[in-house]
Amino acid sequence: MSADLYEQVKKNHKFHQLVKQRSRWAWGLSSIILIMYFPFILLIAFSPAWLGQSLIGGVITIGIPIGVLIIVMAFVLTGVYVHKANKDFDRINQEIIHEIKQ
Amino acid sequence: MKIYFFLMTLLFTPFSWAEGALSGTVEQQPLNIPAIVMFLVFVAATLIITYWAAKKMRSTSDYYAAGGGITGFQNGLAIAGDYMSAASFLGISGLVYLSGYDGLIYSIGFLIGWPLILFLVAERLRNLGRYTFADVVSYRLEQLPIRTLSAFGTLAVVALYLIAQMVGAGKLIQLLFGLPYHYAVVIVGVLMVLYVMFGGMLATTWVQIIKAVLLLLGASFMAFMVLKYVDFDLNVLFEQAVSVHPKGLDIMAPGGLVADPISAISLGVALIFGTAGLPHILMRFFTVSNAKQARRSVFFATGFIGYFYILTFVIGFGAIVLLSTNPEFFDVNGLLVGGNNMAAIHLSKAVGGDFFLGFISAVAFATILAVVSGLTLAGASAISHDLYASVLKKGNSTAKQEIRVSKIATVILGAVAIYLGILFEDQNIAFMVGLAFAIAASANFPTLILSMYWKDLTTRGAFIGGFAGLLTAVVLVIVGPIVWVDILGNTEALFPYKYPALFSVSTAFLCVWFFSMTDRSNRAENERKKFEHQFIRSQTGIGAHDVSDH
Repeated sequence: MSADLYEQVKKNHKFHQLVKQRSRWAWGLSSIILIMYFPFILLIAFSPAWLGQSLIGGVITIGIPIGVLIIVMAFVLTGVYVHKANKDFDRINQEIIHEIKQ
Repeated sequence: MKIYFFLMTLLFTPFSWAEGALSGTVEQQPLNIPAIVMFLVFVAATLIITYWAAKKMRSTSDYYAAGGGITGFQNGLAIAGDYMSAASFLGISGLVYLSGYDGLIYSIGFLIGWPLILFLVAERLRNLGRYTFADVVSYRLEQLPIRTLSAFGTLAVVALYLIAQMVGAGKLIQLLFGLPYHYAVVIVGVLMVLYVMFGGMLATTWVQIIKAVLLLLGASFMAFMVLKYVDFDLNVLFEQAVSVHPKGLDIMAPGGLVADPISAISLGVALIFGTAGLPHILMRFFTVSNAKQARRSVFFATGFIGYFYILTFVIGFGAIVLLSTNPEFFDVNGLLVGGNNMAAIHLSKAVGGDFFLGFISAVAFATILAVVSGLTLAGASAISHDLYASVLKKGNSTAKQEIRVSKIATVILGAVAIYLGILFEDQNIAFMVGLAFAIAASANFPTLILSMYWKDLTTRGAFIGGFAGLLTAVVLVIVGPIVWVDILGNTEALFPYKYPALFSVSTAFLCVWFFSMTDRSNRAENERKKFEHQFIRSQTGIGAHDVSDH
C-alpha cells in the first residue's frame, strides 16, 4: 500500500465523516452497556435486598427480569451496531475506496 | 443438608466454581457405556474432519487462520464454543442449583464483554492483524520486545487455562465415564495434538462448531423438559424451587457472591477486559474474510452465549426442583453425587434417562477437548509466529519452517499439558482460571487497546506496562486469599481481595501511559508518526490481509 494512497484517504472528507460517525456509535453503545452493567454490580454489592424484592407479589423478584433484560439488551445492542455498520459504514467505506482508486 | 449448603457457601471461592466440581477428590463411577460410545462417535467424526482439513492445508494462512474462509455465522458458533466451556455449563448450572440468583450474576459478567469487543475491538483487530493479536500490537512498534511480551502473555494464559481444563477433564471422566483419571488426561492431550498439528485452525474451528451445536441442542432439550414439567409456567418453577431449596426465598436474590464494592468492580473489570484479552478468542477474528464478517461473528456469538446462559439458569432451577426430592441422586451423606457441579449431569438423567445422560456426558467431555485445542493452537502460534518467525528469524523464515516449528510446539505443549495435568491432580486449581483472566486483562488487553486507540503509545511504554500488569496480577493472586490462605495455609492474606484485576489493570495502564509519555527517543517519535497510517487502515481496511493473501 503506497503512502500516496493514505494521503488521499486523509484528504477525503468522507473518511472523516466515517470516523466521526463510527466512533459516535461505538462509544455511545459502549456507554449504554457500562451504564447498565456497573450500577447492576453496585446494586449487588450495596443493596441486594432491593433486587430481592418481589416483582408482583409472587416469588419472582425484581432482580430476575433485570438480569435477563441485561442479557437480552447485550444481544440487541450488538444487532443495532451490526445493522448500522452494514447499512452506513460499509457504504461510506466503499465510496472512499472507490474515490481514491480513480 | 443445611449445614452442608452453609459449608459449601463458605468454601465457595469465586472462580472455583469454574472448575469446581472438578477439583477435590472424586470417586470413580461404574463404567458408562452409552457415554463412551457417543464420545467415540464424536472423536471419529472430528478425526475425519481433521483429515479433510489436513488435505486442504497449504499455507501459513490455512494453518493459523483457516485460510480466512470461515463465515461470520460459523465463527460466531466457534467463538461461542470456545466460551461455553464445560466449566461454564457445569459450573454455572451448579452455581444456580446451589444458590439460585448468583448464577445469573456470573452469566451476565461473562457475557457483557462481548458487545464491547464488537463496538471497540473487532473491526480494527481484523483490519490490522493477520494471525495473532501480537500482529496488531506490534504493527508500528518494535517487533522483538512487543512480540516477546505478547508471547509471554499468551503462554501464561494458555498454560493456566490448559492445566485447569486437563484436571477438569480427568475428574469429569472418572465421574461420567467411570474411567481412571490418567486415561482422560492422556486422551485429551493426544487428541488435541492431533487436531491442531494436522488440521490447524480449520479443524480446530470445526471441532468447536460441532461441539457448540451439540451443547446448545442438549441444553435446549433439558431446559425444554424442565419447562414442560412445570407446564411452561415459570412462576410454578420458581415456587417449587423455593419450597424445596434449603435456602428458601434467598435463592431468588443476590446472596453474597461479591461481598464488597471493590471486589465487585474488580471482578467486573477482570471479566470484561479479560474476555477481550484471551489469545485463543482474539485469534478467531483472523479466520474470517473481512471486518464485516468479524462483526457478524460477535453478533452471533453474543446471541448464542446469551441464549446458553439463560438455558443454564432454567437448568439450574430445574435441577433444584427435579433432583432435590429424588434420593437416587444423593449419596449416604445427603450430598449430590459428584458435587454440585454435577447438577446438570444428573438432571439430564432425570429428564432423558440413561441415553440422554450418556449424550450430555459425551458432550461435556467433547467440550473440554474443543476448548483445549483452541488454547493449544493459540499457544503454538505465539511460539511459531511471534517468537520464532518474528523475533528469532526477524521475518526471514519460510512458511514451511514456520509451520514446522508450530507443529513441534504443539507436540511439546501437549506433552507439558499431560505432565502438568497429572502433576496437579490433587492440587487446588481453583485460582487458575481467575488468574488467567486477570493476566489477559492486565498484560494483553491494555497494550492491545492502546495500540489501536492511542497515538502516543511507544514500545517502551507497552513493554514496561504489559509486564508490570502481568507481574502485578501474578503477585496479587499469590498473596491474596485464595493462594496465600487457602493453599499455602497462612492465616491472613497480604492482599485482601480475591480479584486483582482492578489493581493490576490500573497498574498496567498507568505504566504504559507514563513510560510512553516520557519516551523521548527517536524510535518513539517514529512510532507516533506511524499511527496515522495504522489508523486509516484500521478504519477502512485498506491494506488489510485478505483471503487470497498468502
